[in-house]
Amino acid sequence: MIKVEHLSKHFGKVKAVDDISFNVNKHENLILLGTSGCGKTTTLKMLNRLIEPTHGSIFINDKNILDEQPEILRRGIGYVLQNNGLFPHYTVSENIAIVPQLLKWDKKQIQHRVSELLEKLHLSKDYLNVYPNELSGGQQQRVGLARALVADPPVLLMDEPFGALDNVTKAKIHAEFKALDELKKKTIIMVTHDVQEAFELGDRICLMDAGKIVQQGTPTDLLFKPKNKFVRDFFQEQRLQLEFKAIKPPPPPEGGTFELHGAVLPADLSLWAMMEQLRFTKDENIAVFDHQHKEVGALRFEDLMSAFYQYKNHQSHE
Amino acid sequence: MNEQQQTLWDFMRQQSDKLATQTLEHIGLTFISLFLAVLVGLPLGILISRRRKLSGSVLGIAGVLQTIPSIALLGFMIPLLGIGPKPAIVALLLYALLPIIRNTYTGITGVDAAVKEAATAMGMSKWQILFKVELPLAMSVILAGIRTATVITVGVATLASYIAAGGLGEFIFGGISLNNTNMILAGAIPAALLAIIFDFLLSRLQKFNLKKVKRAAYALPVLIVLLACFYFIPSAYGSKLTAGFTPEFMGRQDGNLGLQNKYHLKIHTIVISDAVMYKAAFEKQLDVISGYSTDGRLKAYNLIVLKDDKGIFPPYYAAPIVREHALKQFPDLEKTLNLLSGKINDAEMTELNYRTDYLHESPEKVAKDFLVSKGLWRPERGGNSGTVRIGSKIFGEQYILANMYSMLIKGYTDYDVATKTGLGGTKICFDALTNNQIDFYPEYTGTGLLVILQPSSKTIDSVEVSKETTYNYDKQEFSKRYNIKWLQPIGFNNAYALMMRQKQAADLNVKSITDLKKYLDKK
Repeated sequence: MIKVEHLSKHFGKVKAVDDISFNVNKHENLILLGTSGCGKTTTLKMLNRLIEPTHGSIFINDKNILDEQPEILRRGIGYVLQNNGLFPHYTVSENIAIVPQLLKWDKKQIQHRVSELLEKLHLSKDYLNVYPNELSGGQQQRVGLARALVADPPVLLMDEPFGALDNVTKAKIHAEFKALDELKKKTIIMVTHDVQEAFELGDRICLMDAGKIVQQGTPTDLLFKPKNKFVRDFFQEQRLQLEFKAIKPPPPPEGGTFELHGAVLPADLSLWAMMEQLRFTKDENIAVFDHQHKEVGALRFEDLMSAFYQYKNHQSHE
Repeated sequence: MNEQQQTLWDFMRQQSDKLATQTLEHIGLTFISLFLAVLVGLPLGILISRRRKLSGSVLGIAGVLQTIPSIALLGFMIPLLGIGPKPAIVALLLYALLPIIRNTYTGITGVDAAVKEAATAMGMSKWQILFKVELPLAMSVILAGIRTATVITVGVATLASYIAAGGLGEFIFGGISLNNTNMILAGAIPAALLAIIFDFLLSRLQKFNLKKVKRAAYALPVLIVLLACFYFIPSAYGSKLTAGFTPEFMGRQDGNLGLQNKYHLKIHTIVISDAVMYKAAFEKQLDVISGYSTDGRLKAYNLIVLKDDKGIFPPYYAAPIVREHALKQFPDLEKTLNLLSGKINDAEMTELNYRTDYLHESPEKVAKDFLVSKGLWRPERGGNSGTVRIGSKIFGEQYILANMYSMLIKGYTDYDVATKTGLGGTKICFDALTNNQIDFYPEYTGTGLLVILQPSSKTIDSVEVSKETTYNYDKQEFSKRYNIKWLQPIGFNNAYALMMRQKQAADLNVKSITDLKKYLDKK
């Protein structure tokens, strides 16, 4: 869907981005991870031409975006900023309606779409005519997300979207983010320096350093098959937690589900996420159902732990 | 104090027509200039916020303009734009520019970078970003700049009256020249009120920001244009010739008031500063001006004096006035000073003034040349039996006279001389004399009568009839009240006069003020 080839950006003699290439598949969530100054944000901003590349090419749906008019290109790409970048002089609904206005949608259509998004993002309609400075940080970030999603762009770029939020709010929004159906149909590239966030939200991760991609792959690839010392050291500090987040339990049978207290859990939950669901009361477990909704097994805390050891053993023998 | 307020109120009521006209002119001038300043300053501010490299030089130039003294700036404008509203508006515009440019620049560059980036990333064009994001968000800062500019402009606009652009300055500067407190206040109080009111109104507009900023942005230019229109309302007049009178002349019985009472002269009149009046007449911006009959510029600009056939201008014969005590202290002084009596006539004095004021020769040289030509000059005797202190007012003619007296005293007596020239005005000179700071200075009979003695108008009428009666009245009263003696007149009469360009006066066959009136009355 997105193809980046030999992309470079030089600021004077500084090579902020130095000849990188990567692909992003349709509906994939790719994370650009790295410390400050590694070039991840510069890379992101070249994708909607907020920054013009020095060398290289970028294709979205096989079209070279450098041949397109920047304004038109940007209207088709959602963008979420760390400090939300909401217009302080626009109300919430006006803020969300900016892109549709630019695309000259009719009024009714805009109104309809705005209220639809508010509902999906759990924002009350009372906020429609409120100014951004009257909202909490979490609410502002939701409005920023709504603004990026409103015209239903196939691609979404996110520049440390949750970086300014406190941990509690961040965890809440992460959960919502994963649950939001609109996002499942998007190809997302997200920049973050937060390793936990990268593991929680990313399908694949590009780990960057000094303008280059050091390694790209799934979280488990990076964790268990580090290419070099830099990658290994990068995850060293929070390794245990990351491993729990990267490893998934054996999946339910084809067409089956995990359920807890009668509620269906997402099929791709990590061990960590499952453990978080459990309240550690006696006899509590996650039920496994097959495609005919017949209970075929159960996962207790001990089972999750042994899944973890199994995975680790398997890795070390490989 | 109560009486003062009462009379101020009376004055304003009496002059309510003029006051209204001047106030409207003032508002008009302020807002035309302001409107143009916004028109120029806003785009400039936007430009330098885009090209930051230019910001230093643009703000620098606007800053330098701001520091040019207002009168000097108005002076620079005359050769380029003549007199009247045009140069005044341009000068005011230049003063209003700095705060507008600077605040536009600060406002726009101060817009949150994240907001600008978001706007760009959503696909807004540069112009959309400017009008939908940057300007609305910078609006309160820009409005603050316009507020500052408004207050500055209201203040500086008082100076517009110097170059015949009207406004409340006519009262203020007229009042200062005439030493008329009520007149000053009648101009200054409304001007101050205007500044306060406009500042207040704009501050209200500023408070609307964020929420109703769009409406405010539209309302402002409409409001400014509307107020600017005021300037054109009062200026609906027409006449064959245009007269330019100084604020002082406008308010004096022996000036414009007398012209109207005794000659019934009706002429389109504008108020203008003495500094630019002669030049304006020379450049055909004005046809008739009020001036002094021995002014050097009369000769420089080829002007002639119209004969005052009904005698409304009192005689202004110059003579030294001396403390009687000094005359006793320096027995030879009176005799020496009288050497000059009757020696300089009007034409000669004009010529001397021309040489100092226009050719910029030193008063000392001019004085010496004249004394030599009259055979009065003698080399210094270098005596030291006491020092005579000579004072003079702060204009060319007085410097020349002071120099002549200094040379005469040094040449004919054994006294030494100390000159204290350049004493601000009549009041300062006279106070210096009565307080024993100087021994004598040249004074004019009319000034002695009207400014110092200030008798009742009945006495003035009876005394003014001739040169001798004025002189004698002055002499008698000064001696009685102040122990100051008027010595014999020098000869010339530096009175008020109406002047025209020589060629035009000849063409129209106007020789006297009555001729002028007849010409104007001809349809």
